Amino acid sequence: MPRRKGAPEVNAGSMADIAFLLLIFFLVTTTIETDAGLDRMLPPMEPPEEDVVIKQKNIFTVNINKNGQLLVEDELMDLKGLRSAAMAFLENGADGSCNYCGGRKDPASSDNPSKAIISLKNDRETKYSTYITVQNELVGAYNDLRNREAQKLFGRDFTEMESEYLNPETPSNVRDDLKDKVKRVQDMFPQKLSEAETSTN
Amino acid sequence: MAKFAKKKDGDLPAVSTASLPDIVFMLLFFFMTVTTMKDSSLLVENTLPNASEIKKLEKKDRVIYIYVGKPTQEYQKVFGTEPKIQLNDKFASVDEVGSYILAERAKKPQELQNVLTTALKVDKDANMGLIADIKQQLREVNALKVNYTTYEGNAFNNLQ
Repeated sequence: MPRRKGAPEVNAGSMADIAFLLLIFFLVTTTIETDAGLDRMLPPMEPPEEDVVIKQKNIFTVNINKNGQLLVEDELMDLKGLRSAAMAFLENGADGSCNYCGGRKDPASSDNPSKAIISLKNDRETKYSTYITVQNELVGAYNDLRNREAQKLFGRDFTEMESEYLNPETPSNVRDDLKDKVKRVQDMFPQKLSEAETSTN
Repeated sequence: MAKFAKKKDGDLPAVSTASLPDIVFMLLFFFMTVTTMKDSSLLVENTLPNASEIKKLEKKDRVIYIYVGKPTQEYQKVFGTEPKIQLNDKFASVDEVGSYILAERAKKPQELQNVLTTALKVDKDANMGLIADIKQQLREVNALKVNYTTYEGNAFNNLQ
């Protein structure tokens, strides 16, 4: 008997489901990952016009040797104590011009936060991970102080305000408002972290 | 009763879903092509250190990447186990960093050329000597904004 119809049609009804499954799989697994890390500025190549005289007491020296040991202000220190030591130095406020500092006003330490400089030196054989930990603690010291002041002034963390300000998705009117606040807190504790060229010996 | 009621004439015919798979496949291919990140394949080991005070690197088009670490297993026979620099898809020496940055900068649109960040993706076991040389190179070409790319985590985990 001759066939009336051609070959029976394959049911393609579930094809859409299979394709959707694939689509969802790719949507979930391919993430547009954003990298994160510590932002730093390198010093420019050309030296400043005139030599600036900085008092020794306004410099907080941090040396890292090749074994990952820390020499802070000529004393051996554990990495865990670095953050609090740096914070104590930054908000020392010896000349009394800083009314928001809670420091000890030790005359042998920094005059005020805008003059306080942290100088970081490392050996050529220092491990990168140690260096990052030290950088992290020093940036953390600044962030802790800034957060504290931002909490007092605006009732929220500085780091949170800054990331909202830097986020391009934040509406522009919010950002304009945040800009002044962020700037104000930044100026209270300006980040002055100098990195000299690494010592060779 | 085993008989289905016959469709009456005048009912709306069912919308054909035969083209649905094609539409979805089109979507699928769109996402497959758009979201795959064309990242240069790594020739070096790249276990980043941890840090907690991190900032996100927004806008990929404003970032130039430099990878540092010791060569992976398959390249160790040729290049040894000392940490090396990887620029794009090949190993490079320190002196090439400056010209690489300049070349990458020239590729970017004019308005972005002043806001570029250099992301240093450095293996946690690398030595600072190499990093210092790279930093010196970056200073020479005036690429002063750097980002030490890290994982988010407790920084003290690095020391173990």
